Amino acid sequence: MGFCREAGRALILLFEAVVCLSFMFKRRSRREIIQQMFICGIKSLGVITVVATFTGMILALQTGIEMRRFGQEVFIGAAVMVSMLREMGPFMTGLILAASVGSAVAAQMGTMVVSEEIAALELMSINPVRFLVMPRLVAMAVMTPLLSFYSCVMGVVGGGIVGLTQLGVPWSAYIDNATRYAMNKDLFVGMLKAFLFGVIIVITACHQGFATTQGAVGVGNATRRTVIMSFLSILIVGYFITRLFYV
Amino acid sequence: MIRLEHVTKMLGTRRVLDGVDLEVKRGETLVIVGPSGTGKSVTLKHMVRLMTPDEGRVVVDGDVVSEATGSALEKIREKFGVLFQGGALLEWLNVGENVALPLREKTALTEDEIQTKVREKLSLVGMEGDMEKYPAEISGGMRKRVGLARAIVRDPQIILYDEPTSGLDPVSSRTIDRLIESLRGELGVTSVVVSHDLHSALSIGTRIAMLYGGHICELATPEAFVKSQNDEVRQFLEAQFITRRGEWEKHGV
Repeated sequence: MGFCREAGRALILLFEAVVCLSFMFKRRSRREIIQQMFICGIKSLGVITVVATFTGMILALQTGIEMRRFGQEVFIGAAVMVSMLREMGPFMTGLILAASVGSAVAAQMGTMVVSEEIAALELMSINPVRFLVMPRLVAMAVMTPLLSFYSCVMGVVGGGIVGLTQLGVPWSAYIDNATRYAMNKDLFVGMLKAFLFGVIIVITACHQGFATTQGAVGVGNATRRTVIMSFLSILIVGYFITRLFYV
Repeated sequence: MIRLEHVTKMLGTRRVLDGVDLEVKRGETLVIVGPSGTGKSVTLKHMVRLMTPDEGRVVVDGDVVSEATGSALEKIREKFGVLFQGGALLEWLNVGENVALPLREKTALTEDEIQTKVREKLSLVGMEGDMEKYPAEISGGMRKRVGLARAIVRDPQIILYDEPTSGLDPVSSRTIDRLIESLRGELGVTSVVVSHDLHSALSIGTRIAMLYGGHICELATPEAFVKSQNDEVRQFLEAQFITRRGEWEKHGV
């Protein structure tokens, strides 16, 4: 019951933010969106590079070890590429952004509530949803698919390195195999998932932040709830998108 | 100008305001005093509809603010400037940008006009040399002065001050007091101040209201307030070393 109520309020916040999209081309909003893109996108590149590369390496190693028993290790390219595009790329990117950007946004919004900055905005007749949520929503909706694509590339590169150094699969054979079996649909469904994950993370974070009460303890709770609810939502939505497009 | 009519507010199971009736007249400085937790800030928040009464209503210049929504509420709020306890400055904007924010967001002024107005208001609070500093780089008193500059940048008719001198040293407190007095004297703004500090309240207030047990238990001019026979008022005055002999005076430490 509580989850449904929270989800309902978050959906209302999403609707309000979507209504505010008409302001996104105003000068101040443009500047804020670019700044948020930098914060959630560029600042997350380091951790996404490491996580995605090692995810690709682990995938290649695990599948390669089994396939080598049948002399089919050349197919690790397809396995890594399809896994990264369909699931692991958007999923890993979503988890990283939920833990880093989502928690930071929730903490920022919560602190603003506690220090009466949100009340001050309302009294200046500045809509906090337009001023704070909309730029972050646009930034995450754009950057999460891009970061997901980047993580897929890094995962495939990581898999190729393992193929070359551990399994004896030549680079050209690995890439040829990877590109032959992956379809455009895999890319687009992965991008759709990442887009939805980005929206879920930022709306969950803003909603939890705005609902903060009880000072510093409340900010901590909002941050914790944001990460937990984002993780759960990413898993559940990810499953249903896969089911919708592949079953 | 502002009228609270039998305003009642419950917070959880506690009745914070219990049928409060209060009127703020145009051009006056009304100071609301009282012990912690008696609903002083809650009263202030009702005036700008940051809170809505459970019973009763709040009227500002004939408009029922406690029932207003959307553009009607926005129009009422434009009459107000509010100084929050901690200043409520946006941490990622510098001092100048904080003060300019309401002008950039809600007016069609050019950037030059905005800068002129920002400098004018910041010089009024003695902060014109700190425009480039960020809130984290300035003291609590300076934050309040910047918050005050932002509150007055659109020349509001009414300014609400939530504990303007709390946590400040005596010199900074008197600076803020002088600013509040000069805003009333020079610009004729109506002010409502919430404070614990009776010395400050008696200096700046044209009337003092004491909130106790959810009611206004005393409402008087500063001279009459220090001579009040009300037990709660006497207790509050004596706790701050203020006696009823003639002009109020300070004793003790």
